[in-house]
Amino acid sequence: MNWRGIWAIYRFEMHRFRRTLWTGLAVPVITTSLYFIVFGSAIGSRMTEIGGVPYGSFIVPGLMLLSVFTESIFNASFGIHMPRFTGTIYEILSAPMSAFETVLGYVGAAASKAMIVALVIFATAHLFVPVSVLHPLLALLFLLLVTLTFCMFGFIIGIWAKGFEQLQVIPLLVVTPLTFLGGSFYSIEMLAEPWRTITLFNPVVYLVNGFRWTFFGTADVAFGTALAATAAFAGACLLGIWWIFRTGYRLKA
Amino acid sequence: MSDPILSIRGLRKAYASGTEALKAVDLDIRRGEIFALLGPNGAGKTTLISIVCGLVTASGGEVLVDGKNWQTHYREVRRRIGLVPQELTTDAFEPVISTVSFSRELFGKPRDPAKIEEILRTLTLWDKRKTIMKELSGGMKRRVMIAKALAHEPDILFLDEPTAGVDVELRKDMWNMVRRLREQGVTIILTTHYIEEAEEMADRVGVIAKGELILVEDKAALMQKLGRKILHLQLVEPLAAVPSALAPWQPQLSEDGATLTYEFDAKADRTGIPSLLAALRDEGITFKDLDTKQSSLEDIFVDLIQQQRQEAAE
Repeated sequence: MNWRGIWAIYRFEMHRFRRTLWTGLAVPVITTSLYFIVFGSAIGSRMTEIGGVPYGSFIVPGLMLLSVFTESIFNASFGIHMPRFTGTIYEILSAPMSAFETVLGYVGAAASKAMIVALVIFATAHLFVPVSVLHPLLALLFLLLVTLTFCMFGFIIGIWAKGFEQLQVIPLLVVTPLTFLGGSFYSIEMLAEPWRTITLFNPVVYLVNGFRWTFFGTADVAFGTALAATAAFAGACLLGIWWIFRTGYRLKA
Repeated sequence: MSDPILSIRGLRKAYASGTEALKAVDLDIRRGEIFALLGPNGAGKTTLISIVCGLVTASGGEVLVDGKNWQTHYREVRRRIGLVPQELTTDAFEPVISTVSFSRELFGKPRDPAKIEEILRTLTLWDKRKTIMKELSGGMKRRVMIAKALAHEPDILFLDEPTAGVDVELRKDMWNMVRRLREQGVTIILTTHYIEEAEEMADRVGVIAKGELILVEDKAALMQKLGRKILHLQLVEPLAAVPSALAPWQPQLSEDGATLTYEFDAKADRTGIPSLLAALRDEGITFKDLDTKQSSLEDIFVDLIQQQRQEAAE
């Protein structure tokens, strides 16, 4: 293993995040606060409880994941797209780095930042609502799995995208709608048929409910099912990355 | 040739568009030499380098570094190779010293601030070490790219068009640096379409055109083998026309009639010079001075390309 090479990429990426540290952290804090003001106070005052959980607390896992999805995809896709765009990718390709090591550097850094943002949101949520986590270790591991998966997904998008505009397409047009429609801010039990069944085809449902279960011990979907769905998505992303490096797709002529 | 440091065997590249960029190139690079790969734009120089360095996938053939295959032993091979690409591609917001240190670690070498300082000083970049890349001039960026390529102390260095768009002073600096590296035992392969660069720098020259390596020669041998020479004779009395007795040599007379020029093949056994001089004496034509001039690599190159085109046309 070229640990020094992995560490070099990791540090380079983390350094890039540090340059925009304050905006990088202020954005999730402000966004989360806005969500709590709108959902928590305005709407939450009429909803009170979902499945025995106060509405304000109920939306915390969903809020964390919403940011994790966008942060992961954005950081990882931008991280690999930038060297492709400027041409500095030549150095990565000519270095004694395996595909796994390269991905570990980029995805590792993107995941670190996304995890930090998730934890900042968690801390911010405490200012508004009482939040306790029933299975803290499971919650952390599940969050890590989701983060790594979306970072890999972002890495694929960063390779696939032909320009900066395309980097935004998947997160804005696919991931955000699926997140809002995937029970991040409500229980799918509240939906009428056929919408309830249709919603079950939305993969985000499993991610959000798996994470929510680690908080409250109750969710719309069994934790095992949620974990299996998340692992399947992670596996698909791994396969995609493996294929990219095997074929040199948009990396090598 | 015994023990080449780099062996290229039947290397081919056909792009998806159908363009055949390389047609089964065979090339051995000697340990410690400066090899110039000379050819016009689009000849396949960059493709060749890019395949060796892992930026482009080959359609066939193989590359060996000290007998080790460049794909199965990519770690070992790549650790030994440094690449300075043609395009100035840098991380705009990184300071010089960070980007150079990054390169060293990316190639798996432990941090070594003393080594980085030495490299930066050699390339007169030390004073600029804290400057961020986007604030540097083009020439300075070029130096940083060289520093990055040298940061992991490679023993094979590829320079793709190192002096393209570089001012005269920097070009001289670059040449001196390349010579110093060679003295330290680094093998250097550079591509160029500046013939004077190959002539100035290289121990051997390979001429590439349309994806084919037309020839590989020691520079001196190439000049001797293919070079044409021109004999100038400064006449004492100007001539009105070339006397018919001299017709077999087809000499050219200058407009003022004072200079007679004879072009001959330096590689031929009989250059025709002694007989021409004898004929001049018989005609009673006297000259006050004479000189011969070796044709430049540029002339040789143009000849080669023309030969190729003629062969292709036939």
